[in-house]
Amino acid sequence: MVIVMVNKKYEKIVKRHQPKEEREKNALLAFLVGGFVGLLGEALIQFFCCKFHISRSEASTFMMITLIFIASFGTALGFFDKLVNFARCGLLIPITGFAHSMTSAAIDYRKEGPIYGLGSNMFKLAGSVILYGVVSAWFFGILRLLIGGGA
Amino acid sequence: MSLKFKNVYLQESASVVGPYEAEGPLKKYFDKKYSDLYFGTNSWEKAEVKLLKESLELLLKKSGINKEKIDLVIAGDLLNQITASSYAGSPLNTPFLGVYSACATSLEAMLLAATFIDCKREKNVVIATSSHNMSSEKQFRNPTEYGAPKPMSATFTATGGVSVLLSDEKSKVKVESGTIGRIVDYNQKDPFHMGAVMAGAAADTIYRHLTEMNRKVSDYDLILTGDLGKYGKEILIDFMNEEYNIDLTKNYNDCGVILYDTDRQKEVQAGGSGPVCSALVNFTMVLDKLKKKELKRVLLVATGALFSPTFVYQKENILSIAHAISLEAVE
Repeated sequence: MVIVMVNKKYEKIVKRHQPKEEREKNALLAFLVGGFVGLLGEALIQFFCCKFHISRSEASTFMMITLIFIASFGTALGFFDKLVNFARCGLLIPITGFAHSMTSAAIDYRKEGPIYGLGSNMFKLAGSVILYGVVSAWFFGILRLLIGGGA
Repeated sequence: MSLKFKNVYLQESASVVGPYEAEGPLKKYFDKKYSDLYFGTNSWEKAEVKLLKESLELLLKKSGINKEKIDLVIAGDLLNQITASSYAGSPLNTPFLGVYSACATSLEAMLLAATFIDCKREKNVVIATSSHNMSSEKQFRNPTEYGAPKPMSATFTATGGVSVLLSDEKSKVKVESGTIGRIVDYNQKDPFHMGAVMAGAAADTIYRHLTEMNRKVSDYDLILTGDLGKYGKEILIDFMNEEYNIDLTKNYNDCGVILYDTDRQKEVQAGGSGPVCSALVNFTMVLDKLKKKELKRVLLVATGALFSPTFVYQKENILSIAHAISLEAVE
């Protein structure tokens, strides 16, 4: 009983009633919130550098761990998803979004047990980020070797 | 295919809802309201089972019918393998049919029930459906705690369970006729715009119902689609006008827009959806108005997007279907 009716008229009506997303507002908000997360990261690096007398690269590792903790803890307490919904890409693009995707999946699937639930579903959203992150890191590493001689 | 029923009556209905529906404009019509989405269970899936189970128990209590008297239960929901219906229907220990038409499930069940009763095969048939915002979100979209923003055209799965008792005994509301929908494909691919996916199915079913029954839009006090939402509703009005030259501007509305106050409850975005969305409007407020004779004849058109994430990722169109039932206040 499948009727394949590609109806131009229908598609035109759908297009006419397509709601307009507030792209400019969303972009500005993401820019401001994302910028604030960057500022927070830099402040944390400075803090760790001065407080514990460690190098900048070591301090940036601690900074990332701190941001991941904040995002994961906020997700577990149930308010971080509302912040993400509000700030959108401002919180999804930084490392906070990555942590949020893993924690939220872990919370949802822990009911199905540690193996079939949490273990196999925790990377449901983050898996793609890891895979293509690693692949593109390899690709750019090669490029860097070819162009700059690995320096 | 349209069917006319001679002796099928709607006896009683029972509804259980979650917090968002309990804050909506129809709150006074619901039998039981919860303020927590877990409903005292420890998972979203079990919560949905509980909703449906409670609505069935409430239905038995409200209608005063003994469960041995129920000949058949027809139920369906959105969870994979329609498990909420199976687990909720199991304690009743009656013959059981599971059905699936996505958000048009309630009326598919009612069409079957009415046919069984009309041909005198069964006497008392219960139909039931449920959906749960979080269990649907987890199954069809992202983890529930993931705050990914959705486009404005997205709808919000309603949380609730509804059960309805039909029989051949005369009551205040008659199940007068119905139309079985066709599977429709209007080349839609956006899982965040189900209104656009389903409006075509609604149009097809409304048009076929009116022509096959030889009726006009004005023969109905109200025509209600299931869960097209704000934008789907506009699409249907325009498409009916341009394609079939039928004017729906006077006595048409959509359950997804009625169930919530879309201005105040911003989280629902374009409106409610899910199998229980239309049932929560049709078998509470609309039924009440029919009983009080404030409405004489109503055409219910439940719309379902036959959506599977797998097929969408494999670049297939989203199919849809709409079933219709006409309810009449008995003089």
